[in-house]
Amino acid sequence: MSEPLETPLNALHRSLGGRMVDFAGYGLPVQYPSGILKEHLHTRSAAGLFDVSHMGQIVVRPRSGAVADAAAALEGLVPMDVAGLAPGRQRYAMFTDEAGGILDDLMVANRGDHLLLVVNAACKADDLARLEAALAATCTVEMLDRALLALQGPLAAAVLAAHFPDVGGMRFMDVRALGARGIEAIVSRSGYTGEDGFELSLRAEDAVDVAEALLADPAVMAVGLGARDSLRLEAGLCLYGHDIDRTTTPVEAALEWAIQPARRAGGARAGGFPGDAVIFDQIARGATRRRVGLRPEGRAPMREGTALFAEEAGEAVGTVTSGGFGPSLDAPVAMGYVPIEAAAPDTRLLGRLRGKMLPVTVARTPFVAPGYKRH
Amino acid sequence: MLRYTEEHEWLRQDGDEVVVGISEHAAELLGDLVFVELPAEGVTVAKGDEVVTIESVKAASDISAPLDGVITEVNTAIVENPALVNDDPLEAGWFFKMTLNDPADLDGLMDEAAYRAYIA
Repeated sequence: MSEPLETPLNALHRSLGGRMVDFAGYGLPVQYPSGILKEHLHTRSAAGLFDVSHMGQIVVRPRSGAVADAAAALEGLVPMDVAGLAPGRQRYAMFTDEAGGILDDLMVANRGDHLLLVVNAACKADDLARLEAALAATCTVEMLDRALLALQGPLAAAVLAAHFPDVGGMRFMDVRALGARGIEAIVSRSGYTGEDGFELSLRAEDAVDVAEALLADPAVMAVGLGARDSLRLEAGLCLYGHDIDRTTTPVEAALEWAIQPARRAGGARAGGFPGDAVIFDQIARGATRRRVGLRPEGRAPMREGTALFAEEAGEAVGTVTSGGFGPSLDAPVAMGYVPIEAAAPDTRLLGRLRGKMLPVTVARTPFVAPGYKRH
Repeated sequence: MLRYTEEHEWLRQDGDEVVVGISEHAAELLGDLVFVELPAEGVTVAKGDEVVTIESVKAASDISAPLDGVITEVNTAIVENPALVNDDPLEAGWFFKMTLNDPADLDGLMDEAAYRAYIA
């Protein structure tokens, strides 16, 4: 088995006492000495700093020089409105396949003269190959070798503004190039925690300096993958490979909101992405199952793989796809797929946990109120 | 004088009973506990039986009975507040008490020095 790859912050994680694990082939800290609970709670009350450099940052550059051409090309792979994405804005997207299944979820940013995509680490090689194969005629596609840090929490803006004064003017999903003291960063006001926060794309050689400068602020704590997972779960955000994958369509996954009107049936650029027929059919007539939030009764977490039942006697009707303990709720939370008839909030189901059938209730997500600064 | 098992449980003699908990090392490895399910008092157990279920933020684990015997008392305080195990694994975070079928079984377990070497 080969050694995991290192991000530019590897030595810093170790010096901070990070407990390193192999995640998508990269050595990353699952937690630091404070522990997952404290790291999670700190992010929701102050600011947490995450190393997400393992993710893929891909530039799609139009050969014509007009970003509209790159957007049009990318629309052949995603059900999203990319042509209508204004410069300096970013949106959530998904690659789909011919069956309407999800191949990866990602962020797409309009950087004025090119598109910047941020994709999941486990999928980045396949994503790059897919983009190159489909877009070669009209675009160059390049995987960047840059670091990516996330600073998340109610104090993130104040912390970052001390270094990059311009962040104050950014709305949720804005993307800007910012510079300060020789550091050049591409910053988006976005994240994976449900809190206000920023994601910073940096030159690899600047990553440690920026991380250390941010950690020097008493409001900031280093946060590992364990808390990243509990934070996104409480925020109702999907984890690719668990809540969404090739076997789930955007409609089944309750992500149809991300398919803008322009790409829907009757829209200006309806369809033209893989699986459009299947997805349009599901939008029109409904899918047979849906991803929902779940609140187990009691304190025992129901984790991924837990079978869900409508009644004590009978076959399983669904499965938990993500589950754990929500520190901000002081209770277990989960997400999973259930039949559409059982998908209404407050529907009572049973989860089979260690041989026992325990009550679990369908709940709306997010489980905690978001802190996004939309205005 | 504590004795230890290879599963990182400690045992402390208390009259006719032994008190059982998990070591500091185990508590640290597990991380913050969020859920504990204890056995019923009075239940007979054999060495290796899964008697306690614990859940940390990340994963579920089981604690096995360290030796053959009968569970006499369980620490409901850690069910109310699993964090007690992380805060004080050797004292307030105890899990259960049991009588042993054969008290001599204790001698077969590691002492402090042996456990320290084991986890090194």
